[in-house]
Amino acid sequence: MSSWLDYTINGLIVGNVYALVAVGLALIFGVSRLINFAQGSIYLVGAYIGWVAVVQLHTPLPLTIIVVAAAAALVGLVIERFGLRPLQNSVRIAPLLATIGISFVLDQLVMLTFSPNPRALPSQLPDVRFQVGGGTIGPLDLLIAGVGLTSALLLFVFLRYSKLGWAVRAASQDRDAAMQMGVDVNRVNQAVFGIAAALGGVSGMLVGMYYNQIDTAMSLQATLKGVVAEVVGGAGNVPGAVIGSLLLGLVESYGVAVFGTSYRNLFAFLLLVVVLVLRPNGLFASARQAPPEPLTGTFIAPSRPLRIPRWALLAAAAIFALLPLLPVSFYVLQTLINAWLLGMLALSLTLVAGTIGQVSLGHAALLAIGAYTSALLSLSAAVPVGLAIIAGGLMSAALGTILISPSFRLRGHYVSIATLAIGEIVSLVILNWESVTRGPIGISGIPPLSLFGYDLVSPASIYWFSFAVMVALALLQARLLGSHLGRSFRAIRDDDIAARAYGLSLNRYKSLAFIFGGFAAGVSGGIAAHLYSYINHETFNTQQSILALTVVILGGLGNVVGAVVGSVALVGLPELFRIAAEYRILIYGIVLLLLVRFRPQGLLGTI
Amino acid sequence: MAPMLTLRGLTRRFGGLTAVDAIDLDLAKGELVSIIGPNSAGKTTLFNLVTGHDRPDAGAVLFEERDVTALSPETLAARGIARTFQLGRVFANLSVMDNILIGAHTRLRAVRPAVPVIGPLIELGLALLRPASVKAEEERLREEVKIILARFGERLLPRIDQPAYSLSYANRRRVEIARALALKPRLLLLDEPTAGMNPSETAEMQGLVAELKAEGLTILLIEHKLEMVMRLSDRVVVMDEGKKIAEGAGEAVRNDPKVIEAYLGHGLSGAAEQESAA
Repeated sequence: MSSWLDYTINGLIVGNVYALVAVGLALIFGVSRLINFAQGSIYLVGAYIGWVAVVQLHTPLPLTIIVVAAAAALVGLVIERFGLRPLQNSVRIAPLLATIGISFVLDQLVMLTFSPNPRALPSQLPDVRFQVGGGTIGPLDLLIAGVGLTSALLLFVFLRYSKLGWAVRAASQDRDAAMQMGVDVNRVNQAVFGIAAALGGVSGMLVGMYYNQIDTAMSLQATLKGVVAEVVGGAGNVPGAVIGSLLLGLVESYGVAVFGTSYRNLFAFLLLVVVLVLRPNGLFASARQAPPEPLTGTFIAPSRPLRIPRWALLAAAAIFALLPLLPVSFYVLQTLINAWLLGMLALSLTLVAGTIGQVSLGHAALLAIGAYTSALLSLSAAVPVGLAIIAGGLMSAALGTILISPSFRLRGHYVSIATLAIGEIVSLVILNWESVTRGPIGISGIPPLSLFGYDLVSPASIYWFSFAVMVALALLQARLLGSHLGRSFRAIRDDDIAARAYGLSLNRYKSLAFIFGGFAAGVSGGIAAHLYSYINHETFNTQQSILALTVVILGGLGNVVGAVVGSVALVGLPELFRIAAEYRILIYGIVLLLLVRFRPQGLLGTI
Repeated sequence: MAPMLTLRGLTRRFGGLTAVDAIDLDLAKGELVSIIGPNSAGKTTLFNLVTGHDRPDAGAVLFEERDVTALSPETLAARGIARTFQLGRVFANLSVMDNILIGAHTRLRAVRPAVPVIGPLIELGLALLRPASVKAEEERLREEVKIILARFGERLLPRIDQPAYSLSYANRRRVEIARALALKPRLLLLDEPTAGMNPSETAEMQGLVAELKAEGLTILLIEHKLEMVMRLSDRVVVMDEGKKIAEGAGEAVRNDPKVIEAYLGHGLSGAAEQESAA
């Protein structure tokens, strides 16, 4: 019984921390209808600034909190001013992609400055426990609760009684009307980003002290948890975000109590998916609203795709096909093999995110499903590798589509959240379902690629194999785009309401897009598994999802040739310039940001 | 003959506001009925209820004597109801041709066989393989699109391969109507087809709607340009604050004091009364 009280207290404390993140997200969503994927990065920055203050500068606790809040707020202001304000009149997909890019840049900067190794962030409070009823509570618990309550109170007073607070509330109710009444929306955005960042930073520092450990993986987790809490409470609803956070904290804490620690995140994401499916406007949303009638074509940038003549494509394909016959190094072939594998993933994502407009952030999960299916079939059931890879593609198509189907009724940013969460769920299931996936140990000794009984071991044969598969998938996808399905997918992307009015069922066509795309991604994962010979639940991670997204934006949304060109560019150029691995993700983030700002239609144009 | 469309007590509330308040309406086959009324009278909400984009809180919609209340828009499209949108919703990145082909989507047969459960997979397979029947169907529809576009003279035909975002506002409205016609609708709902058009473009559109009516199409029209409404309509329904305040032949409705009050505004007529009292 006493332990239940402990779990409850723990749940409420953790919930309090989530609330600091979620409230910031809710404020930003309220004013700019944007889910700020960089919120977790600010939280990470806050934790590391806290570490510098405590360990290096030996600041007393109150000063630490002030320093962290101020520095994080500054980061928030910079993000608002230079990352998002230039995109104000851009298409709706732009700020979403920008916050993703900013988040990667910030995380990598922190990692490069402080190294990826975890650090201890000592709590500056005495280590004593007080007995409360049957459980115990420490001074840090009280501090977290205190900070949570104080900031909630301050926020309430600010929103309620200050002039700028009024402006924030006005802008979140009706941005256009507020602007017409002379509210300076830029100042409102600044205020909101500053406050959100300060809260997020302090939250990161407190969590670091609570677990006495900080590392760069905190960022994505915090974004996810904050978003879960915010969506559960109802996007843009500040009190809802607080209640959602406490609920999330409790659900996780009880889940851990019953099933064990490794299930903590699984519960969080399942809660998210359940809420998105049953009550997409959150638990506390008012009665259903008038259906929105957004202007058409505002989600992606209008563009005229570049027409590449057929002979040029044939010539390029011939050159790449003949490459292994030329005196090129193993290193060049290896790099291009990686590009072809990424190309298959990018083909899949450009169909799903570009052609039908579902910006998936969990696409690496499809790789994982394909890889595990193919690896396990060839290992345990002795299925020939060629067939196992196809089975991996089919499994990815089927399972991926079923898993993603709850998000089919969602739109825009919500799709990205749902796919991100579903991707995490896949990775967590792989980690926890030990009897099938061998859990954290991973799968080793996966047989090498082989075709009709011949092992493909030479770099040239692997190169030809992956190149041929990618070209086949690209041709198939080009054929799909030329059919009635191509125009149906694009119609759903451009305006799903008008598409439904003309008989296009969203479930049917989103399923078909995910089935087709899931197959390509699953095949890519399957080939990768046999190439690497070892995989585990972290082999296919969010970084790969983001890399694929950058490729897709670079090549042009929905553009088949663009996906391949983008893959070669993003895999090849860093190799060409010998850029160290740790700087690459930073560069991908910066590329994404620059593209969104200056060429949202990509190199070859949206199709 | 039974009416083609019947609305009974159709009601939709948004919080405290009743946007559509117990509307009854009968529309016979081949009839053109216009719905007029001041802004925010509930006209577009009524369209949304009839076409399945919104669900009524009470009341029923009957189409060809079958209850279709709260069916999904895609089901209603398959039954033969087509609509255009007030703000214009063309598919911006699709060419004019593709926009209108989407209108014919419910009529695709060869590539969308009516097979339960695995129907979508067969559709995917047929789209990739494209047997002769699928190619022929696509070719036939493309020819049909050109015939529909010919109704608009030289407005759209020369731009058939251009993306819709590059079209003028009036041309986008035309694409919307062409898309609706490609569905071969049994009932056509037009939501302010001439909004934002100049007088000569309006006259052109009026001619087109008259032509469609003469061909026997059943049409429900929302329109603010009263002259056009008077010329085209068999009957006019006036809505204000969600309620039907008048219904009948054009001229009779035009001189109805309730209608005049609705258009001049309650505040204004109230103020006038106060003035005369003082």
